[in-house]
Formats: sequence, C-alpha cells, structure tokens
Amino acid sequence: MKNNKVIQVEGLTKMFGDFTAVDAITFDVKKGEIFGFLGANGAGKTTAIKMLIGISNPTSGKATVAGFDVLTNPNDIKRNIGYMSQRFALYDDLTVKENITFFGGIYGLSRKRIKEKSEALIEELGLENVASQLVGSLPLGWKQKLSFSVSLIHDPKIVFLDEPTGGVDPITRRQFWEMIYKAANQGTTVFVTTHYMDEAEYCDRVSIMVDGRIEALDTPKKLKEQFQAESMNDVFLKLARG
Amino acid sequence: MGISISNISKSYKNVKTLHDISFDVKPNELFGLIGPDGAGKTTLFRILTTLLFPDEGTATVAGFDVVGDYKEIRKNVGYMPGRFSLYQDLTVEENLNFFATIFGTTIDENYDLIKDIYVQIEPFKDRRAGKLSGGMKQKLALSCALIHKPKVLFLDEPTTGVDPVSRKEFWEMLKRLQQKGITILVSTPYMDEAALCDRVALIQDGNIMEIDTPEAIVKHYPKPIYNVRAHNMYQLITSLKDYEFNHSVYPFGEFVHYTDSRTDFKPMELQHYLESKNLKNIEIHETDATIEDTFMELAK
Repeated sequence: MKNNKVIQVEGLTKMFGDFTAVDAITFDVKKGEIFGFLGANGAGKTTAIKMLIGISNPTSGKATVAGFDVLTNPNDIKRNIGYMSQRFALYDDLTVKENITFFGGIYGLSRKRIKEKSEALIEELGLENVASQLVGSLPLGWKQKLSFSVSLIHDPKIVFLDEPTGGVDPITRRQFWEMIYKAANQGTTVFVTTHYMDEAEYCDRVSIMVDGRIEALDTPKKLKEQFQAESMNDVFLKLARG
Repeated sequence: MGISISNISKSYKNVKTLHDISFDVKPNELFGLIGPDGAGKTTLFRILTTLLFPDEGTATVAGFDVVGDYKEIRKNVGYMPGRFSLYQDLTVEENLNFFATIFGTTIDENYDLIKDIYVQIEPFKDRRAGKLSGGMKQKLALSCALIHKPKVLFLDEPTTGVDPVSRKEFWEMLKRLQQKGITILVSTPYMDEAALCDRVALIQDGNIMEIDTPEAIVKHYPKPIYNVRAHNMYQLITSLKDYEFNHSVYPFGEFVHYTDSRTDFKPMELQHYLESKNLKNIEIHETDATIEDTFMELAK
C-alpha cells in the first residue's frame, strides 16, 4: 500500500429485497487510527461491518480493506484483520493457553511463534496463575482483555471490535481502552463500535450512521462544534433523534 | 409497598454471589442497582421475584415475604428479565394476551397503563415477537410485565446493548410509570443512568459499596479530581501512571481524570512533569466527580 489508508469505502450498499440496509456509504480510515463506528440499533452498522470483513457481499459500491477488495479477495482480508465481538470471543471450554494456541494455529503461526506469543501475552495480561484454567471460569473483564489480545495474535493491520466493552466494570473498561491506545500507537488500525458515548470521545474520528447512511463523520471535537453539543452523547441524540 | 432486604446471602457451589445484602426501596421510589456483569444483580432480582431461595436473610416485596408469601408476590410484581423471554413464535398481540390471561385480566382492563408504550409497537401487533427489532422487543417485554398492573416492577438491565437514543426514551417511560404510583427497581451497568434514579446502590462482587442519592454519592468523593489533556492520549496515560504521586489515572472521554496522593498538590508541578515527558498542549483543571469516579474509587 502506497497510501496510508487501510480502509477505503466508496458508495458501499447492501440491499435485502427492497430494503436498503446500508445506503451508499463512503469513508476512509488511516493507518494507526482509532475509528469509532456509531449508530442506533438497526442503523446498519453490523451489515456494514460484515461487508468490510469479507463475510457478506455488497449489492453495489466498492471497498478495500488492508489493500484487498472485499468482493474479489475476501479471504486475504480475513488473514489480515483481527475481529472481536461481544457475543463470540473465546471458547469457554478450552483453557487460556489452549485458546491462544487454537487461534494462533487458525492464523497459520508456527509452533515456535505460538509459544513465544503465548508466553508474552500471558505475562502482559498477568494471567500466569490462570493459564491452565478454562476460559469459562474467568471473570468477564479478563475474558474480554484476553479476547482482544488473541484478536491481535497474527499482528493484523486492522482490528474490528464490535461492542467490546458491553457490561464490563468501569475500571476494566478503561484498562481495555489503554490496550486499544497501545495497539493504535504501534500502528494497528482500530475500528470500533460502542454504545458508551464517553468511549466515542476516545476515538480519533467517529462516524454516525442513521438509517443506513453516514450522517456525520469527523473528530469528536469538530462534531461537538458542528452540532453545538456538550458531549458526544448530545451529538448522537441530536442526529439520531432528528 | 416497597421492598425491604435484610442480610441476604447466596452462594452457587463455592462462589458467594451475594454477601449480606441489606437495603430498602421506598414505596413509589425509582431505585437503581448499578454494577457490572457478575456483580450479583440478577441473583438478587431472582430472589426478590421468588424464583430463587436465599441461603440466609429475609426480604419482603410489597409487604409480602419472598419465601412464605411467594404466591402473593407473583400476583403483585412485574419482572422483565435481562434476557428476552417472551414467546418468539407468538405475535406481539398474542404474547400480550397470553400474559394478561395468565394473570386473570385483559388487555382492555389495564390498557391505560401500557398505552404510552404499546402504541409504539401496535402497528406491528401481528408480527411474531422473534422478528422484532431490539428496541421493539424491549417495549413488548415491558408491556407484558405491566399488563397485570403490578405494584412493584423489576427491570434487570433493560438498556444493556441499547443505543443512547432508545435508552433515553426508555428512561422517560420509567419516569411516567413512576408517576402512576409504581415502585421500580432497575439494574444497569451504565453508570450515567444512575443520575436518573431517586436513589442508587453501587454493587460489585456481591457487595453493596454505597447507597444514596446520585447527588450525595458524587459529593462523597474524597479528593479533588483534575481533567488533564495533552496532544497524545496514550503517552499522557502512561506518563501519568509513571508519576510517583498519582493516586488514580482514568481516561474519561477527551480527558484523563487524575487524582494526586498528596494533600498539597499543585497542578503546576504536574504540568512541568508532563512537559519533561515531551507532552504538548497540556491542560489541567479541576472538575467534578461522577458516579463512575466514585464507583472506581470504592472498587479499587
């Protein structure tokens, strides 16, 4: 990639029958950027993300992710991105180590590399004492942090996080964001959805989807100026309530 | 007609999920149980709605004992569990009719109470519940929990995973229900929603950390809090964490909330320290504590 745009989207559209779920969205995301992808429930976020990660074909429009076309090279995209959702993250009936080994294997890392990564990751998260315990027995906050680290195991260019902090206690939520900052600081692009509007403020830039369209896209600071709002929560309410 | 909880404890196998919980919810109060997943909120709800026995302690709901008078409680309370629990293959109207019939009433009899909420989903009354959007499911579940005109309403995380617009609408609905005389106990992991309650209990790991009005809880915060900002958030957080006098460092939107361990803290010193770490465009000014600050301080 010559330019530093790791996600480029142009007129991306998805229709289900005569219902337009995603309506000609256009935006770019830069290398190392933390990009917040916001919208009300049912605004089309999940459909848009499914197209970007190569598991749903667009009806029309174009998108490249990590340099690959979503329509012609979806498998290259899957190799070059990380993905973590609130709903599915890790296998509860595998241990911490087994989960790391499993996902390392899925992404084609060598045994040696998996071993190195596994040790480094367990140490960084302070999970030494529970490394041989089933993931299902860990508190939610630990699981979410482990899940994020595992989504980065193959050093992807971009990581997609779909509501990663839902239900997590406020201290762990912040530790999680510190991990996000660190990854972004090291050059990983972070594409994140959240319903916590204070987290929207943590993003470099934020887009807000309303009824399938991107109705606003800018830095949190400029969005607040544009909508004469005190906080991102107010921006969101003004936009999505019409 | 409120709720009274005395010394309730509950364990699952070796894990104690509730530790000696006691508090009262006054009649017609809108009371919030605020805490993250795994704090014990759902276990307490299940005990109060007679679906689970406590190991120790007693509780009354609307004047009835949760163990001895369980039948009376079931007639007098509405319960909206965290997980959507209506019949997915019945339509909107069939679900509502079903719950009305179970409680020996009809939709017409109590229509006034649910009208505000139900009119929003009435256009879809012939749609199966499983095919509704998240926001519509939530409104249907609330309508079903209200159809027998309960005295006390239990709502377990009604707004989890819900966007800010729908959350705001939901809380407006709760305020209107409160005006109709219903006592409401609601749980949420969103700390900002605490401000919308009359009183709240902060709960973590099965312990109640504090109970008070939202205004009083933030006033109890023990230290001055400073908003700190600089050109690079990650560098700012790591530098503040390395600062030997820090008491707490938490990102808060566009700022970091910083508290100092000393009583004679001077912001100018922190400014110089951050400059020495090559941070630019530094801003430091005092700010008010939020419920979340208090929660984190208590949970530390």
